[in-house]
Amino acid sequence: MSEMPKIVTITIVLDETPTVKTFVFDELFNFKPGQFCMVWVPGVDEIPMAFSAANSITVMKVGDATEALFALKAGDKIGIRGPFGNGFSASGKVLAIAGGVGVTPLFTLAANGEVDTFILGARTKTELIFADELAKVSDLKIATDDGSFGFHGFVTGIMDQLDIESYDTICVCGPEMMMKGILDRLTVKGIEARGQFSLQRYMKCAVGICGSCCMDNDGKRVCRDGPVFTGDLITSGEFAHYHRGASGRKE
Amino acid sequence: MFIQESIMHLFHGEDRDRQKSRLSPSPDDRELHNPKTRIVLTENTMIQIQLPQKEIAGVPLRNHLLLAAGILGTTGASLKRMLSLGAGGVVTKSIGPVPIPGHHGPALVPIDGGLINAMGLPNPSKDFITEISPLAGEPVIVSIFGGTPQEFGEVASWFPDALAFELNLSCPHAEGYGAAIGVNPRIVRECTEIVKTYNKPVWVKLTPNVTDIKGIGKAAEEGGADALVAINTVKAMRISTGARRPVLGNTFGGLSGKAIFPIAVRSIYDLYDTVNIPIIGCGGVSTADNVLEMMMAGASAVEIGSAVYDSINVFSEIARELYAEDGIPAEEIVGCAHV
Repeated sequence: MSEMPKIVTITIVLDETPTVKTFVFDELFNFKPGQFCMVWVPGVDEIPMAFSAANSITVMKVGDATEALFALKAGDKIGIRGPFGNGFSASGKVLAIAGGVGVTPLFTLAANGEVDTFILGARTKTELIFADELAKVSDLKIATDDGSFGFHGFVTGIMDQLDIESYDTICVCGPEMMMKGILDRLTVKGIEARGQFSLQRYMKCAVGICGSCCMDNDGKRVCRDGPVFTGDLITSGEFAHYHRGASGRKE
Repeated sequence: MFIQESIMHLFHGEDRDRQKSRLSPSPDDRELHNPKTRIVLTENTMIQIQLPQKEIAGVPLRNHLLLAAGILGTTGASLKRMLSLGAGGVVTKSIGPVPIPGHHGPALVPIDGGLINAMGLPNPSKDFITEISPLAGEPVIVSIFGGTPQEFGEVASWFPDALAFELNLSCPHAEGYGAAIGVNPRIVRECTEIVKTYNKPVWVKLTPNVTDIKGIGKAAEEGGADALVAINTVKAMRISTGARRPVLGNTFGGLSGKAIFPIAVRSIYDLYDTVNIPIIGCGGVSTADNVLEMMMAGASAVEIGSAVYDSINVFSEIARELYAEDGIPAEEIVGCAHV
């Protein structure tokens, strides 16, 4: 089946924070929270990105492709391939923990009414994303590294105040070291398999063929076997230790 | 249904050591069972072959089905996974003299009948040595490339433990590499000669994007190649009508998958008439019958790549249908279509 990129027209660009924008477009994609798409900025590159709604992506400026994306405005066209990957599989009482722009896939889970408690972290108050919306659909708890809003510290600080074992599913997305801190806490309690971690690796094909996003030690493909993995699948191997860049060299 | 399930079980790849006779029931026996099962029994009259009894083109393969270069071959862990999922051997991502990040995306797009890609030979270069060191002793063929025969020799020198080398003289979308030099018989011969000095089997992978693939194959044979691998992807492109521009970041790329299977069969057929070394078939194989067909054209084994897109278990799925303990030796059908 042909899966050429679907060309969509940007209708609205929203500034979420100084470094994060949401691009709303004129097509709806039937995705499951945690699935991702490949966003083609014609003439520049194609990059993996989480959906923030059926017709939007929320993007942090981190490199050439996202910088080019940031220069686009309503009326401009981009290509979308996807949705790809497996997404979250939340059941029972659900805790979501997000850091920075990692909030995006978890925001869609919460918007579906699937999250009971949501821990949202950011470096500082102005970098909090989707806080107002999340407060309406979940029991929202906020942490900022600098204490400018909510709990002064990391999301794990709030996690330590909760009865983690009372949650059936713990969905996580954010910086890998943040996720490592959460995985360690779940492992101590022997409930790492309840954790669902959305991982990010350098991707090229997004359909499980090229191997650029394969992780050690078992060669699982983040694009096709993931991007969401239960904690028991990532306790050994490269998670929180290293990843590979575009050439395949470890970084 | 009972017969169908028991037969399926019998030929399940993981249960191969427990395989028993595959003799079909006599017509009388069939009548004793639900007539619906006849269809299944008829399908199972497809030719089945034995597992390799000896090395193929200098490599001790576990079966005739190799993972093709460029598919899940960038890390040692993913290669190991494909071996555990039933590949009889694996060919690594092509490794070159310097690390390359690859072309900008889109680098691969699934299309009707196949995949079109322009990865741009991304590779970790010398760092790949530590990637595959845990795989020592496994049937791993290291794919290498360079811009000159000397570069081929340099890269080959990094892998003293490799069981064999596959020379990528055929990638259609990398400037100065692959098919850019692989269309020149003299360079193909020189690259083969220099890698052959490391005293390992050398397989030369050919591009179909030439007027006469036989001349290139002959040059590789004269350079001392132990096998030819035919074919690499077919140069191709698609245009996004919505974006009014080529869809691949590199504009041009290579087509793989079912769409190129007939091109691969023809190339193998041509080469079989021309050279006296084994041919490894590659291009669009997705079924056991495809494997037989390529063998009949002249292939001693096949490589499988794009079919992994449909199923990562494609190797065990094909093996389940292809092999039987009392099957015929593969050698009986290799080239048999040259009538």
